[in-house]
Amino acid sequence: GFGASDLRAEPVDDKLIIDGEKEMITRTKAPEGHPFDEVLSGWLFRTPETRAMEADSFQNPAMLYVERGAEIWNTVDGAAGKSCASCHGDAAESMKNVGAHYPKWNAAAGKPYNIELQVNDCRAKNMQAEPYKFDHADQKALVTFIKHQSLGTPMGIDLSQGEMKSWWEKGKDLYYTRTGQLNLACASCHEANAGKYIRADHLSQGNVNGFPTYRLKQANMVSLHNRFRGCIRDTRAEQPKAFSDELMALEVYVTWRGTGLSIETPAVRQ
Amino acid sequence: AWAAGPVGPNDVKFEDATVKASLTGQPGDAAAGRKAFADKKLGNCLACHKNSEMSEQLFHGEVGTPLDGVADRWKPEELRAIVVNSKQVFGPDTVMPGFYTLEVGTHVAKNFQGQTILTAQQVEDIVAYLGTLKE
Ligand code: HEC
Ligand code: HEC
Ligand code: HEC
Repeated sequence: GFGASDLRAEPVDDKLIIDGEKEMITRTKAPEGHPFDEVLSGWLFRTPETRAMEADSFQNPAMLYVERGAEIWNTVDGAAGKSCASCHGDAAESMKNVGAHYPKWNAAAGKPYNIELQVNDCRAKNMQAEPYKFDHADQKALVTFIKHQSLGTPMGIDLSQGEMKSWWEKGKDLYYTRTGQLNLACASCHEANAGKYIRADHLSQGNVNGFPTYRLKQANMVSLHNRFRGCIRDTRAEQPKAFSDELMALEVYVTWRGTGLSIETPAVRQ
Repeated sequence: AWAAGPVGPNDVKFEDATVKASLTGQPGDAAAGRKAFADKKLGNCLACHKNSEMSEQLFHGEVGTPLDGVADRWKPEELRAIVVNSKQVFGPDTVMPGFYTLEVGTHVAKNFQGQTILTAQQVEDIVAYLGTLKE
């Protein structure tokens, strides 16, 4: 039938303007070679309440994590006696728009780096501090803070550096590979069925521009690799490790799929 | 001959997109099938299918065809084939999982390796339940 559920199955026609001031690009023309004509932010698929929460930074619970990230930024840690600020100064300047262009090729490591890996490098090499364990609360807060310095900036990564293109290719292969006992690929849900409900969840295009995101279900920040792992687990497949070559390749490819969408960190999702 | 166990997932015979014989040699139980259909750990069919007969359940997905009146559209041997391995009926690109097949995706999690999503009896139960969905 053509009941209410069919109408709800569309992304909304609405604008995301943070605090009534800063408009986010939540739909934009897809880059060449993209399966869609238009790329859409996950925000357009959420309920009115969830959308409103993200649009108002006083209501957005994740702004607490941004504040916590600012604290960590300025806190000395490690044997070198330095904080992030010792080298990078005011993040509002030094980190402005930086997060919008990750993952980035890292020549020394010979692989793409996301913000988490770059932060761990700085901790190890520049601060003589322990790298963060995956999903340590401070890692999520610091990455949220850094990405937030790109709020509104269109996402765009440089595929011409190093071997980024081959990582993109690998990520693309993975995106279309069906995994697990349920035999589903990322594309089964986020390409073939974007806009439809899968049980109570409104499927979006699965874009990464809001990460780390605040998930109401978990009442906590969720990192991108945690989300990837969750989606893969739901196909009843083994989950690749965070920051493994598989998940880094996926991050490169999926970030490209969202090219041009504003960084919304910290986004609110259910 | 001795009544053998249920036919194994690799031995199911597809003929023109149908599976003629019951996998267990027994008829299914529609009431049990109704439960397995809704159970998130078993069929979880509602994740993808709307089914008005189950309006007590809150959320119905939209990824698949609504199943209202499905028994008017498909014969039992066709419904069995769809549930056992939908790819035999809809082609390799369908998003619907195969519930009694070992033709699955890569990197299956350890605790699910070599196993089908449903048992032969659960497939028969669900097929019996689908047979009641007439308009
Ligand atoms: C002792 C100096 C020093 C400290 C302390 C330091 N960094 Fe760095 N950081 C650098 C240098 C130098 C680079 C340039 C890349 C490189 O050579 O590693 C860099 C690069 C970065 C980048 C990438 C910038 C870009 O444009 O791509 C980020 C993000 C970053 N640091 C975050 C941090 C954070 C977060 C901390 C604290 C946990 C931190 N850094 C601590 C020296 C430092
Ligand atoms: C069985 C269905 C399914 C599969 C397969 C799946 N996802 Fe998801 N994914 C979801 C659901 C449901 C959500 C939450 C609703 C939404 O945002 O789409 C989600 C959310 C996401 C999000 C967050 C979007 C946002 O705006 O916050 C990303 C990113 C994502 N998925 C990426 C992937 C990737 C990459 C793969 C493959 C490795 C994948 N998904 C496979 C169902 C799936
Ligand atoms: C992940 C999604 C998904 C799940 C879970 C799923 N299906 Fe489906 N199903 C589909 C799709 C998509 C179709 C449409 C066929 C196609 O073209 O791929 C379909 C088609 C069907 C049809 C044919 C409907 C018609 O009228 O043509 C039946 C019957 C069916 N499914 C039964 C089931 C049963 C029973 C279960 C649970 C045991 C189930 N499905 C679970 C996605 C799903």
